[in-house]
Amino acid sequence: MLFDIFHYSFIVRGLEAGLLIAIIAPLIGIFLVLRRYSLIADTLSHVSLAGVAIGLLLKVNPLFTALGASALSSIAIERLRTSKKIYGETALSIFLSGSLALAIVLIGLANGFNVDLFSYLFGSILTVRQTDIYLIFSLTVIITILLTIFYKELVYISFDEEAARVSGIPVRLFNNLFILLAAATVAIAIPIIGILLISALLVLPVVTALQFKKSFKITLLLAEVISISSVLAGIFTSFYLNVSSGGAIVLIMLAVFVLVLAMKGGPTHSLGKR
Amino acid sequence: MSLDHTKNIIEVNDVSFSYGNVPALKNITLVIHQGDYVGVIGPNGSGKTTLLKIMLGLLKPSSGQVRLFGKPLSRFREWSKIGYVPQKAINFDPLFPSTVREVVAMGRYGKRGLVRWLNKDDQEIIDRSLRQVEMFEYKDRLIGDLSSGQQQRVFIARALAGEPEVIFLDEPTVGVDVKTQEQFYTLLEQLNKELGLTLILISHDIDVIASEVTELACINQTLVYHGEPKEFVKGDYLQKLYGKNIRQILHDH
Repeated sequence: MLFDIFHYSFIVRGLEAGLLIAIIAPLIGIFLVLRRYSLIADTLSHVSLAGVAIGLLLKVNPLFTALGASALSSIAIERLRTSKKIYGETALSIFLSGSLALAIVLIGLANGFNVDLFSYLFGSILTVRQTDIYLIFSLTVIITILLTIFYKELVYISFDEEAARVSGIPVRLFNNLFILLAAATVAIAIPIIGILLISALLVLPVVTALQFKKSFKITLLLAEVISISSVLAGIFTSFYLNVSSGGAIVLIMLAVFVLVLAMKGGPTHSLGKR
Repeated sequence: MSLDHTKNIIEVNDVSFSYGNVPALKNITLVIHQGDYVGVIGPNGSGKTTLLKIMLGLLKPSSGQVRLFGKPLSRFREWSKIGYVPQKAINFDPLFPSTVREVVAMGRYGKRGLVRWLNKDDQEIIDRSLRQVEMFEYKDRLIGDLSSGQQQRVFIARALAGEPEVIFLDEPTVGVDVKTQEQFYTLLEQLNKELGLTLILISHDIDVIASEVTELACINQTLVYHGEPKEFVKGDYLQKLYGKNIRQILHDH
């Protein structure tokens, strides 16, 4: 009995965190995918690893340091991208490898940490602490509210940045705001999904939903359904099979994607045109 | 709508622009009045799209000034008076998950302002814009599934949805077949004559444009000609613009 209760409290925390992340992932992901920004999620997650390492070294909640590192770098990346001094994807790879290097060195300096780095890399429901839930919950609320308020501007900018600018929308402000929200999402997704798998969480449900070729709103709704059900299914699988939650979630999402792709006539039909 | 043909909508005053050290525009001065239907023409690389972007505030001129509705660009805020049909309209992301109606609704966003959702009036204006370009029946289709001529109409509807006073069109007929082009120019003529919209049409297609617009501005880094199309065809401006054998080319067309 005691054993069951122990399991119960952490799986509830895992499900709570997972559900919250599953809700905001497609909201951010749909704009990342449509703006060809998918790689930014990957970069920010590696930056977050450096943030996690700093947190572990300083003995503060790694989620806070990951959030800080991710947010600061997101603004720096956007600056570099718009300055046009270097190519956008070059900026991303510099940040990706740079922060990975920093993370490795920090981990080495601390002679390895007394925590399971593996769970930060691939996600584990065991890593979710009660304070994490509060942070994840507040950020989810903030991100959802902001994205709802600025939904129409973000859609316009994603579809046609120039026309959006001519219509008087402060495009640069929105780009900065959006990338900050993306950075926050990446950071708070770490405990459940893991650093190496975050971009799949953001991208896969959206790409799957896009195969249905529906309106923007319906596509977003489909992505939400896919995201929430895959994350919940993944966490249960992780619990019963005792495997990494991030791995389980991403594999389920991938399976859904392949299934939908097969149903809708294969990848050449949709992506070949570009 | 009463038109005041002496009212300045756009004033381009001694504008120059260079990309790095490469000059694109030199000392362009041009005034566009209310109700004008202006064709801005010039060969590829003449700087006509650059000029358009400067007029829209997307690029900052190296020197000179632009005024929209009497206000310098830096202080201009009434962007809802401006409609824009970008060149990109024909090579946007065909996978973008938006219905025709969702695309046209975007034209309403600037007018509605931040932190406000579209209301019933907006929805009616969106439907009206779709009817104006005869695309209402297609409203629930995905934008990527339409022909390029139909897409072009949708982008015009998007501009119309903002209830602008002036519409800028950048090479709107590229990639559109001849018959659709004719319908397209008929539509533009209606917008200009019946709704009194000021139109600025960028094109490299001189002989077509010359028969459509009321005024021509010919650009090849400098403003080579600005005036009625008739006078332009009579003069030897084409030679200035394109070099010697242009008349031959036009006759063969």
